[in-house]
Amino acid sequence: MPEPVSEQTISVEINGETYEQEVEARKLLVHFIRDVVDLTGTHVGCDTGNCGACTVLMDGKTIKSCMLLAIQADGATITTVEGLAAGGELTPLQRAFSASHALQCGYCTPGMLLSAAYLLEQNPHPSEEEIRRGIQGNICRCTGYVNIVEAIKSVAEGGGA
Amino acid sequence: MLLREVEYARPETIDEAVRLLSSREDARALAGGQSLVNVMKIRVAAPELVVDLNRIEELRGISAAADGSLVLGAMVTYDELIRSDAVRAARPILGEVALTIADVQVRNRGTVGGNLCVNDPTNHLPPLMATTGATMTIRSLEAERTVSSDEFFLGVYLTAVTPGEMLTRVTVPALAPGESDGWASVTLGKDGTGIVNVAATVAAGQARIAIGCVSAVPVVVEAEADEVSVRKAVADADLDPPSDVHASADFRRHLAQVLAWRAVGQALERTGA
Repeated sequence: MPEPVSEQTISVEINGETYEQEVEARKLLVHFIRDVVDLTGTHVGCDTGNCGACTVLMDGKTIKSCMLLAIQADGATITTVEGLAAGGELTPLQRAFSASHALQCGYCTPGMLLSAAYLLEQNPHPSEEEIRRGIQGNICRCTGYVNIVEAIKSVAEGGGA
Repeated sequence: MLLREVEYARPETIDEAVRLLSSREDARALAGGQSLVNVMKIRVAAPELVVDLNRIEELRGISAAADGSLVLGAMVTYDELIRSDAVRAARPILGEVALTIADVQVRNRGTVGGNLCVNDPTNHLPPLMATTGATMTIRSLEAERTVSSDEFFLGVYLTAVTPGEMLTRVTVPALAPGESDGWASVTLGKDGTGIVNVAATVAAGQARIAIGCVSAVPVVVEAEADEVSVRKAVADADLDPPSDVHASADFRRHLAQVLAWRAVGQALERTGA
């Protein structure tokens, strides 16, 4: 039977790089990503699991990283917004957000991009309704969502996220 | 740092998990974490030990029993319910309702067992367990027992799962020929928290209805599957729902009648009756 621990060394692959760090059991994944790994693109918005600013991909699925303990992510593969533009080249989705003016303050954008990328991976040709449902877990207080939906639609029509 | 100091254990079998849960007075099972982690942040819950169930293979997976019933591991996620062909074939309402829980990220993590064991009165799955005749299997160190929804849901945030025990699986009977399910709810925003949720199962002109959000546990009523009978049965249940900023008790009572008939109506459409 595994002994309860209050801290443990975890190994997590984030954006292709493996991080081995000792973490306290109480540390949230989002704080691990921001404060330990120093990838500050993942934001803390509401801290109550509602806003989706802390969304990352874990083992290929979107999750809100404020609702997972870092210690639970031991062995996991994570993609944050910094991992989208591999080699510094923006993805078509990121370019579409820019072209469609799908952000204003940008706070929700990292989470929004990951939810949109996940949606398009699952469903390359979503309807507008499916796009809106796909980003339901990400709150934006600037744009009214219209341009975000437009951006995602343009990539869906153009093919490939 | 938001959470209070906590110890953590990650068992790989149900046996290890119940031993860990029994080892401390204040040990809590951590399923998807979509409720527990949040209440730990605001310190409504501050367990000494969290027992992470996420690596227990025995709690995963959806299978069919010999009689065709669906057997859902406690750690089956909403997303897995939605995608499951077995669920679609045997009891499609489960996937349809799961699709209206919160949002994509929550559905990727949130679990059947978590939804039931939290037993927040606004949760989606408790009323469905009541109408479908599901049974819950609970393990302790010494024994395993299986209970009905009447026995499982005891109060707000309170179920038959006592300290040291855990829910391991849920068994949902497959729809019988001529039987069908319905669901109706009024929520705070699209797919938000329920103001009133109603599940219904109809067979041979008889409806079994379970109303959520109006009491500590789902309120079950039976009626003939016509509008007058359904509304009367709900009225006769003398519901005593809470009033809050979203809806008065009177409005919730009104919604319970309206939604009960909508849920029964949806079920009837599906039987072709």
